[in-house]
Amino acid sequence: MTIASGIVGYGAYIPRFRIKPDDIAHVWGEEAARIKSGLGLEEKSVPDLDEDAATMSVEASKNAILMAGIEPERIGGVFVGSESHPYAVKPTATILAEAVGATPELMAADLEFACKAGTAAMQIGMGLVSSNMAEYVLAVGSDTSQGRPGDALEYSAGAGAAAMLIGRQKDKFLVKLEGTYSFTTDTPDFWRRQHADFPSHGGRFTGAPAYFRHVMGATQGIFEKYGHTAADFDYFVFHQPNGKFPLEAAKKLGIDPKKVLPGLMTPRIGNTYSAASMIGLCAVLDAAKPGQKILLTSFGSGAGSDSFIMEATDLLPLARKKIAHQLSWYVNRKTYLDYGLYVKHRRKLKSQ
Amino acid sequence: MRKVAIVGVGMSKFGEDWGRGFRDLIIDAGRRALEDSNLQGAEIDAMYCGTMAPGPLIGQEHAGALLVDWMGLNPIPSTRVEAACASGGVALRQGFLAIASGFHDCVVVGGVEKMTDVPGPDVVSALGGAGDQEWELFPGATFPAIYALMARRHMKDYGTTREQMASVSVKNHKNAAHNKYAQFQKEITLETVLNSKMVASPLTVFDCSPVTDGAAALVLMPLEKAKKHCEQPIEILASTQASDTLALHNRKSLTELNATKVASKKAFEVAGIKPKDIDVAEVHDCFSIAEILAIEDIGFFKKGEGGKATEDGLTQIGSQIPINTSGGLKGCGHPVGATGIKQAVEISWQLRGQANGRQVKDAQIGLTHNVGGSGATCVTHILKKA
Repeated sequence: MTIASGIVGYGAYIPRFRIKPDDIAHVWGEEAARIKSGLGLEEKSVPDLDEDAATMSVEASKNAILMAGIEPERIGGVFVGSESHPYAVKPTATILAEAVGATPELMAADLEFACKAGTAAMQIGMGLVSSNMAEYVLAVGSDTSQGRPGDALEYSAGAGAAAMLIGRQKDKFLVKLEGTYSFTTDTPDFWRRQHADFPSHGGRFTGAPAYFRHVMGATQGIFEKYGHTAADFDYFVFHQPNGKFPLEAAKKLGIDPKKVLPGLMTPRIGNTYSAASMIGLCAVLDAAKPGQKILLTSFGSGAGSDSFIMEATDLLPLARKKIAHQLSWYVNRKTYLDYGLYVKHRRKLKSQ
Repeated sequence: MRKVAIVGVGMSKFGEDWGRGFRDLIIDAGRRALEDSNLQGAEIDAMYCGTMAPGPLIGQEHAGALLVDWMGLNPIPSTRVEAACASGGVALRQGFLAIASGFHDCVVVGGVEKMTDVPGPDVVSALGGAGDQEWELFPGATFPAIYALMARRHMKDYGTTREQMASVSVKNHKNAAHNKYAQFQKEITLETVLNSKMVASPLTVFDCSPVTDGAAALVLMPLEKAKKHCEQPIEILASTQASDTLALHNRKSLTELNATKVASKKAFEVAGIKPKDIDVAEVHDCFSIAEILAIEDIGFFKKGEGGKATEDGLTQIGSQIPINTSGGLKGCGHPVGATGIKQAVEISWQLRGQANGRQVKDAQIGLTHNVGGSGATCVTHILKKA
């Protein structure tokens, strides 16, 4: 197979604020220990008052562009996947493109597919660069995801962004993108209607018929399409709505959990939705050795999964040292909030 | 009055059946019952189907006509029966009356509920309709809360313990582990029940029956005809029903269901037998305390001794009176409208010797006990190997 595209730079961003399930459970009269073990969560990230999907996409993208060492005006496409775009009408992608200096000669658009719009942006990037329609494409997943107060999602809905700069020059690849495969159906497991402040979900229906069917469908599909088995990969990154689902999916697929844990970030930062699997990928890329193979499968409610087969190149170890702030820096930078400050940060307090 | 027999039984696999809808479930159960009866369908001249809340749960009313159409049985008369969680049992009684009276000669009775299409709070609201809305649900008493009140009073008056109630769930999961149609085919321990999340003190999640999709169906015939038609007809010796106030606070006692006592007493009179003559029973364990109340009110144990009897293993298979060999509502699942019919399916399998892995040895006579709401309707059937 001809490899026509690869990742030439990547970056992540996590806001500094955290809240622990204990503080949320205390307010709602729930047992924190049961929630922590049930969801596999230690804490989640919370955006600052002036942070949103646009500002976080800029932070992550700056890291990616810096790592690639390219002039931003060579970026021919910017695509931002999010379910918390600050505007209903008016693109986040233009804010990002302007902020990183990629305007005006470029394509740009916002994407929405629950938690997998960021990997959809990666697929668009792969298509555009391999068809010579763009030299570089910036694919971003960024979310300040919402959870209804008291709902299970309030414990997990975090904030973060990840950016992948995709190019076609083989000698610049940090990671070869060897193939992709998607598995999509109309499955209403989670949704948010126009003008609704918080999403709704189908409870246990979000499990077997939604997350597991699609994650496993895409993973098994890409194995079959490219003639691979689980043994061929050193790392697996699955979408991570909580700390449990990715490990359950791995178990069902016969994958050693040791190959999943390095990319499992949700227990420490919460579910960053469109960014979640891409941040997991950043964690793996910060550790991977040249020649190691990585399988990424995202999941977006509604529902679909995108799988990718990747291989780290010799350039990766040096390239990742070019940026000051790798993912671990953001993960370990923490300021804890109590529930009162948390609701202020998430603008759940009505002041007028 | 003619004697009535069950000639065919069938049920869907109970559980979270996200791949199938309301009508698919009854088709599955109905087809199995018809195949089991060796009938083609043309002989059937009426249908009764118990379903509690298709309106709030899936937006569907006029279920009698819908289900008979999808069963391929048009244009026979079809009637939806609703009596909350006793809808299935009452539907069976309607089928029994239709045959016994001579009005119909071959009746299919079904029960079905599709509960997992809507979020949990909507299910709670739909099921709340089984109580007295104005006095119970509107002021905030959900069904777990209502049964929790009964449990607290039983604990106070008779010294019933949390462990005794939990032992109901442990036993029912143990039975369900041997039932391929059950929602939870997995054993649990006493600690699982005691340490699970509190729903309404003293009832935890594992004291409560689950939300379930499922259907069950039976084919009924006059006994005389049934004996010629099939090898193992099951005779319905008694079909009785009693009513009580919807609201718990209007009753004289919080620790007994008078409707259960009246319906069961009448059933034993009609059948000419006593509780000790029953070899196997399916009782309405929507909550663990409900099974304790049932085995006392039916007369298997003295009032106040049901908890201890369960803890001592007297309701296990192989012991004094095996209760809920299917796994009951707790282990097998509780698709509300289907439950009353499922109970008769299980007892039929027991009496035919077809309850693989959970068979009660030499079972001759069985009983089903199906309750609506917190006890406002009770329907009891006594079945016998013909």
